[in-house]
Amino acid sequence: MTEPISGRSGMFGVTGSGDTSGFGGLVVRAPASTSTPRPYGDWFDEAADALERALPDFADAVERVVVDRDELTLFVRPDRLRDVAQVLRDDPALRFEQCSSISGVDYPATERRLHSVVHLTSMTYRRTIRLEVAVTIDDPHVPSLVEVYPTADWHERETWDFFGIVYDGHPALTRIIMPDDWPGHPQRKDYPLGGVPVEYKGAQVPPPDERRAYA
Amino acid sequence: MSTIYDPYAATAESRETTEGRVYTVTGSDWDTVLSGGADVGEERIVVNMGPQHPSTHGVLRLVLELEGETVTQARVVIGYLHTGIEKNTEFRNWTQGVTFVTRMDYLSPLFNETAYCLAVEKLLGITEEIPERATVIRVLMMELNRIASHLVWLATTGLELGALSIMLYGWRERELILDIFEMVTGLRMNHAYVRPGGLAQDLPRGAVEKIREFGKIMPARIDQYVDLLSENPIWTRRTKGIGYLDLTGCVALGVTGPMLRSAGLPWDLRKHRPYCGYETYDFEVPTSTAADCFARYEVRLAEMRQSLRIIEQALDRLERLPAGPVMVADKKIAWPAQLALGNDGLGNSLDHIRQIMGTSMEALIHHFKLVTEGFRVPAGEVYSAIESPRGELGFHVVSDGGTRPYRVHVRDPSFVNLQAVPALCEGGLLADVIAAVSSVDPVLGGVDR
Repeated sequence: MTEPISGRSGMFGVTGSGDTSGFGGLVVRAPASTSTPRPYGDWFDEAADALERALPDFADAVERVVVDRDELTLFVRPDRLRDVAQVLRDDPALRFEQCSSISGVDYPATERRLHSVVHLTSMTYRRTIRLEVAVTIDDPHVPSLVEVYPTADWHERETWDFFGIVYDGHPALTRIIMPDDWPGHPQRKDYPLGGVPVEYKGAQVPPPDERRAYA
Repeated sequence: MSTIYDPYAATAESRETTEGRVYTVTGSDWDTVLSGGADVGEERIVVNMGPQHPSTHGVLRLVLELEGETVTQARVVIGYLHTGIEKNTEFRNWTQGVTFVTRMDYLSPLFNETAYCLAVEKLLGITEEIPERATVIRVLMMELNRIASHLVWLATTGLELGALSIMLYGWRERELILDIFEMVTGLRMNHAYVRPGGLAQDLPRGAVEKIREFGKIMPARIDQYVDLLSENPIWTRRTKGIGYLDLTGCVALGVTGPMLRSAGLPWDLRKHRPYCGYETYDFEVPTSTAADCFARYEVRLAEMRQSLRIIEQALDRLERLPAGPVMVADKKIAWPAQLALGNDGLGNSLDHIRQIMGTSMEALIHHFKLVTEGFRVPAGEVYSAIESPRGELGFHVVSDGGTRPYRVHVRDPSFVNLQAVPALCEGGLLADVIAAVSSVDPVLGGVDR
C-alpha cells in the first residue's frame, strides 16, 4: 500500500543473517499516497456523497480519500481547507459540529513534509472524520479554522509552536507551550532532542535520539 | 550590580508609556503593594495571577484586567509544565510509550494509558483479540480512577472556595482508591499498568474483595458530601450562577466532559462511541441544564455514583470470567515479562527469568529482541478517543512501520476546556474567577504535556 521511505530494512539493517525471529521483515514506510477506491464501506460513502453534493468542485478541493482502519481521511488542498470544513460543519447530512483536535506531523522524506491534521466529530451522527493538509517547509501556510471552529484557536497555536505551520487568519498566532523567545519548532523531525550521555555501571548510555534505531 | 534583576525584591515603580502611566508593583509585603498603587487615580488594574498561586489549580497563569472588582478581560497563559512527552515517545518503543503518557494528566493516569493502548491496538489491528478479562479490568480501573479524579476536583475546589472539611473528606476517600491502585498496579499513580495488548498483570488475590468493600463504603460518603454542600448557603452562593457557559458556547469552544453535560447535552463517548465494551454496561449519563459551577458539581457527584454502578458490574463479570491471560495471545506483541512480588517489591519473576535463561534459547532471544527492539506496528494513523473525567481524551498516533511511534499527539480535554476560561470569567467578579477556573477542573500536566 505504501512506499518504503528508507533503504534500511530488517533487523539492525543487516541482511542474510539467518534471522528467524520474524522481526526483520518490515521496512520504514512513507504515508499512503494512493486513494482508496470506491466503495469505501460503512458510513463513508454516504458522507462522501453528501460532501460531493454540497461541494461542487469536490474533486478539486479533495486531493485523495483514504479509508484505513475504519477511519476516513480526506486529504484537502491547503487553500480549500476552510471551505471544506465549513461545509462539513453546516451541511445537514454531515453536521461535524465539533473540532476535536488539530495536530501536526512532519514527514521530512516527502516534498510537502508538514501535515496539519484536523479531527472533526459529528455529535448528531456520532462519526469522526480526519482532514489532512500537506504543505512545504518553505511555504507552510494553511488557512485558519478559528472562524469555523473557535476551539481551533489553541490547537493552531500549538501546531504553529511545535511545527511552524502558519495558520493564515488566526487572530493571534503566538507560541503557546514553549517560551515566546524559543528558537525553532521542536517537534519537527530534524529538531534535536537534546540530552547527554549517562553513565550507568561504568558504561555510557547515549541520549535517546542517539541510540540505535531498529528500523 | 544594580543591573541585576531580583524578582523577589519588593518594588513599586511607575513609568510613562503611550498608554499612560503604568505602575508595576511586586513584592510579598502587602504594605508595599498597597502603597505602590496608592496614587493610582483610575480603577483599571492588570493583575497577574500565577503561575505559582494556591488557587490556580496548578502552574496556570491568569492575566486579569480589573475594573474595580470586576474582571473585564481574562487571558490564560499555559506552558509552565511542558515536559515534551509527545516528542519523547518518538524515541522509545511502543510499550515504553505507556510510561510517558501515564504522566501527562496525572489525576487520570489509567485513562491516558488505556487511550494510548487502544490507539496502538487499533494500529496493530488487534482490538478484537484483547482478552475480555483485560478489557473488564481496564474498565474497572478507569472507573475507580474517575472517582478518584472527581474526588480531587471536589477537594481542591472545596479548598479554593474555603470549604476545608470537604477537602479533607475528598483526600480521605481518594486514599482508599489509591490503596486499591497500589495493591493492583504496585503504584499509587503513574502506574504503567495498561500495555498495548492487555495489562501488566492480573488482579492480585484479595483485590476484588477490597474493591467491593470500597463500593460499600462510597455511596454513604457521597451522601455525606451532598449533606455538607448541596444546601450549604456559602457553597451555593459561590457556585450557583457563577461561571456560566451555555451549550452553544461549549460546542463552539470544543468543551467536553462534565462541563458540556452541565449545559444539558448528554454527550459521553462511553455511550456514543463505545470502547472497551462500555455499551454492555448499564449506567446513565447525568446532566444538568443550569450550566454553572453548581451544575458541574452536581454532574460530577452523579458521575461518581454511576461509576460505582459500573464497578459493581465489572466485578460481577470478573467473578464469572474464568481465570485466563490478560495479555494478547500473539507472542510477537505480548510483552514477555512475568511480574512477581519479591522482597524488594514488584519486579521480574525469578522463575520466569530462570526458565528463559536456563531452558530455552529461543525464548531468551525472543525476550531480548522484544524488550530491546520492541514490536513493529504497521504504518498508518489512527485517532482513538475515550471519555476521561474531564472530557474527550483523544490520541492521534502515527506509525511509519517501525518499532517506535512516529508521532503521538494528545488531545487533552483540560487543554481544550481551559480555552473557555475567558468566557466563564469576563464580566464576573474577581472572587468568582477562582470558582470558575476550578469548575473547569484543569490538570496542567495534561494541558502542557
